[in-house]
Amino acid sequence: MGKASTMHESLSANQVEHVAKLSRLKLSESDVERYRKQLSGILDYVAQLQEVDVADQEPMSHPLPLHSVMRDDVVEPSLPITAVLQNAPSKSGAFFTVPKVLDPSAGGG
Amino acid sequence: MTEPEYKVLIGMEIHVQLATASKMFTGAASGYSEEPNTQVDGVVLGLPGVLPVINRRAVEMAMMVGVALGCQIASQTKWDRKSYYYPDLPKNYQISQYDQPLCGVGSVELDMPDGSSKTIRIRRAHLEEDAGKLLHEAGQPVSLVDLNRAGTPLLEIVTEPDLNSPEEARLFGEQLRQICRYLGVSQGIMQQGHMRFEPNINLHISADGRVYKTAISEIKNLNSFRSVERACQYEIQRQLAEFMTDRQSAMQAGKSTRGWDDDKGCTTLQRSKEEAHDYRYFPDPDLVPLHVDTHWVERVRLQVPELPAARKQRYLQMGLAMKEAAALLEDRAVSDLFDAAVKIRPLPKRIANLMLGPAAKIANARAGDLAATVRISDLEVTADQYAKLAGMMEDGTVSASAASTVFESLCGGEEKDPQVIAERLGLVQIRDTGATQAWVDAAIAHNPQAVSDFKNNPKKKQASLGFLRGAVMKLSQGKADPKLVGELLEKTLEKDS
Repeated sequence: MGKASTMHESLSANQVEHVAKLSRLKLSESDVERYRKQLSGILDYVAQLQEVDVADQEPMSHPLPLHSVMRDDVVEPSLPITAVLQNAPSKSGAFFTVPKVLDPSAGGG
Repeated sequence: MTEPEYKVLIGMEIHVQLATASKMFTGAASGYSEEPNTQVDGVVLGLPGVLPVINRRAVEMAMMVGVALGCQIASQTKWDRKSYYYPDLPKNYQISQYDQPLCGVGSVELDMPDGSSKTIRIRRAHLEEDAGKLLHEAGQPVSLVDLNRAGTPLLEIVTEPDLNSPEEARLFGEQLRQICRYLGVSQGIMQQGHMRFEPNINLHISADGRVYKTAISEIKNLNSFRSVERACQYEIQRQLAEFMTDRQSAMQAGKSTRGWDDDKGCTTLQRSKEEAHDYRYFPDPDLVPLHVDTHWVERVRLQVPELPAARKQRYLQMGLAMKEAAALLEDRAVSDLFDAAVKIRPLPKRIANLMLGPAAKIANARAGDLAATVRISDLEVTADQYAKLAGMMEDGTVSASAASTVFESLCGGEEKDPQVIAERLGLVQIRDTGATQAWVDAAIAHNPQAVSDFKNNPKKKQASLGFLRGAVMKLSQGKADPKLVGELLEKTLEKDS
């Protein structure tokens, strides 16, 4: 994200479309322009952090003074199937259903 | 055109499902279940307001593998979100380790079939969570989502491109599975997806006095050793053919991802570099960093048992054949049982013969009856009993064939003492010189032709001796000690001549 902070305001329509594609969102042309402005504004705001001198600071990945919080390998009850599927917009038996996935390579990994 | 000289370079990425009871970051049960979406809780579903918490056992299992592969264990590691939108991943990100893997560089010795070994460097091994499963039923307009597997702990192991043939890639996979089984971090059942392999493969081709490097292809999600070997074989030929027809594009294509079609026996392009995913890794704000101190690493090191490679050396030094050593080492429980028996009576050859002879036969027969895996160590016979029976063979109390009969009786029988069984079944060899001499004399008296052949026909000398020995054993109803019979028979025949 380091790069983005230097290109605020000038965030391009292409970049917005790329992010929309990664998020599986379909945007109209006016959406693209609206989000281009909004996202540029957010990047501008965050870019203020670039002004802080951090030369003497160790890089950190977390703001909390905590580390190594762990649990024992103990099984806890799962949710009942009715609760699991309660918010599913589409289901079949005990499964969630989604529009047919044709490209098995589209996932991560 | 003749085929140019080339070198094969294969690096492997291996996903190992860790056999914890619960998931990587939550208490829902881990492991296979028949019933879809029954091992699912709020964390697995990615519901708002839930927080992941690290499973200590998963971290320890990962460290055990790291120690076994000679990896440096990181003193500090953290968790990152790998973002992608796909229906098998309810949170829209996978928790993984990007730039601070738990296990850093290491190396492991690959045992080659000719008895030599080869060093394979490990680049890293990191922890992450698995995704759910999508089921695509023919003719249905939808895909079904089962999230039971989502959140299962996975260890991703990455090697340097030190494997130089499809066979080496397969051997590496097999040996890594064996190590994981010895460590008890995975059952390594390929059919259940406990391990998945992704070879990265390219060629260094020598032509026109220089070396050309073909573009790397990564073959996704192979779940059998056979498919690892076949997919690599296919990919070598494909890259070679591409290079021969169009040198430029073979070199400049950039890394691609390919899928393996097991039925057709070929790989197909899934995505090229231009379509590569943009995962937008960043530190997961829900998880604090993990510190691993040296005490913890040492405690884990103590849990690592002696590994197959070291055991194999030990077995060969005991005088076992390579094949016998390999058979005993296939399963840790069998190897442990062998070690325990040898510790009681140092008769490795005889104990190995019992285990790989009568015991393996009974285990196989039972496996056939039950249509399930039955290991030698699953039989009811203890290390003590193996040691005692081997001792009885060693001191001549029972013959090898009698020992097999005693062994059968030990499996599932009431009596647990091999000596008592041998006595009851009348299998104890008679080593009484007087009794044996009487049988020898009788055999000689009843078989004048064989005696004559022994004395007068050098060509038939050995055959007639064997015949007479058989006659003695028959007279003794199999109870005579063959060694003593041989001695007395020869002595008596020589004396008479």
